[in-house]
Amino acid sequence: MAAQRNCILALVFGLGLMAFGASAVQADELDDIVKAGSLKVGIFEDFPPFSSAGADMSLHGYDIDVANALAAAMKVKLDLVGITGQNRIPYLNEHKVNILLSVGESAERAKVLDFTDAYAPYYIAVLGGPSIAVKGPADLAGKSVAVNRGTLEDTSLTAVAPPSTDIQRFNDYNGVIAAFLAQQVQLIVVSNDVGASILARHPAVEPQQKFELMSSPDHVALNKNEPRLKALINGVIQQMRTDGSLNKISIEWLKTPLPANF
Amino acid sequence: MEHQFDFAALLQAHALLLSGALATVGLAAFASVVGICLSIGGAALGRSGIKAARQVVAGYVELIRNTPFLVQMFFIFFGLPTLGLHLNAMQAAALAMTINLSAYSIEIVRAGIEAVPQGQREAGMALGLRPVIVFGKIVLPQALGSMWPALVSQVVIILLESAVVSQIAVRDLTYAGDVIQSRTFRPFETYLIITAIYLILAVAARRVLLLLGRRLFVSGVR
Repeated sequence: MAAQRNCILALVFGLGLMAFGASAVQADELDDIVKAGSLKVGIFEDFPPFSSAGADMSLHGYDIDVANALAAAMKVKLDLVGITGQNRIPYLNEHKVNILLSVGESAERAKVLDFTDAYAPYYIAVLGGPSIAVKGPADLAGKSVAVNRGTLEDTSLTAVAPPSTDIQRFNDYNGVIAAFLAQQVQLIVVSNDVGASILARHPAVEPQQKFELMSSPDHVALNKNEPRLKALINGVIQQMRTDGSLNKISIEWLKTPLPANF
Repeated sequence: MEHQFDFAALLQAHALLLSGALATVGLAAFASVVGICLSIGGAALGRSGIKAARQVVAGYVELIRNTPFLVQMFFIFFGLPTLGLHLNAMQAAALAMTINLSAYSIEIVRAGIEAVPQGQREAGMALGLRPVIVFGKIVLPQALGSMWPALVSQVVIILLESAVVSQIAVRDLTYAGDVIQSRTFRPFETYLIITAIYLILAVAARRVLLLLGRRLFVSGVR
């Protein structure tokens, strides 16, 4: 396992050097990381199941497992830095952190940072009990669906639902989940992270994923013009996909295997 | 702080506002009519000779008046399904509002009944009328006359308090406002309109009901 990882590391290092050998005179983030002996990863501190504090107050979750794997591949220690949605891109650009996790791809963000390959699925899906047959938006006609008002879930559902759909909009996820568990609604529309927290409770209603409304997988974000770091991270992600360790992380935290297209 | 006010987006949502206002008025009307009828029965029971009935009424009033309306409604909507009782959002809201209003009204009706001079009741009894007739024909009409303004206040309170039913996704006026706000991102304009509609509804309800009371109960007590 370790030998295999070293092999891949050597390969990506080699490729990186070949491509940018002479021209790479500017400071290189990967060199900085190795020199400092620590990988600083910007992480949300309250974003379950991707990262949140456990009973012992240490952070755990999907992102933490991936961050550990990245640090291990670089043979440095992991340094988690708490960030917020507001400050995380400035933190990255000012090198207070080396990379960010849980970043959805957008043209706006692409102007100021670079994305690796996707490492975690993030999608909005319709969930419901096993007895209800729903395969696409047309099947929502006449069904009751709970959704968190004003969120991306609300807008993506409203855009495709037939007029006879009984869309019940709640103030927060608690209301949406409680209405579903109390069987006040037949279906709910939530993102897979919220869905995981429902699946983790193993409720009697046995929610199943019916269909996806929107997908925006999570990427690792890094500063622009860091090809060596990007290649290394992509190599690690690829490795984790093929050796099944990423799927294991998904089952542990998202309570469902990685989607087929992942 | 420059802000371009834009009410045009809200005009497009007038159907949503109208149906929301109708739901609010409908819920308040239902809760008021059923709740006041229940509270007259409750107050009569609370003054009856049966000790168990008095205790049940007193316990009901204490329980409902000392717990938040929102929690009562959450219990009915989210909690009761666990026991197998499924009420949809509208039914749960109507039930919660009725229960809440009747608990407060029982106290108002009780005070109204006690305000009727004892001599009125005794005169009825002396004429050989049955106690039920004395209560229904002599005491209650006089009591309703004196307590009507307090009951009207309670109706207005439940009309305004009904805003929280939006929390269980009842499509009332507040729900309409929340939906419009989350679509237009114009909270100032949206909630200004919502506030104005509530104000109009509350003032109109109070005026109409007080007028109705003057017509219905010409009380000699006051």
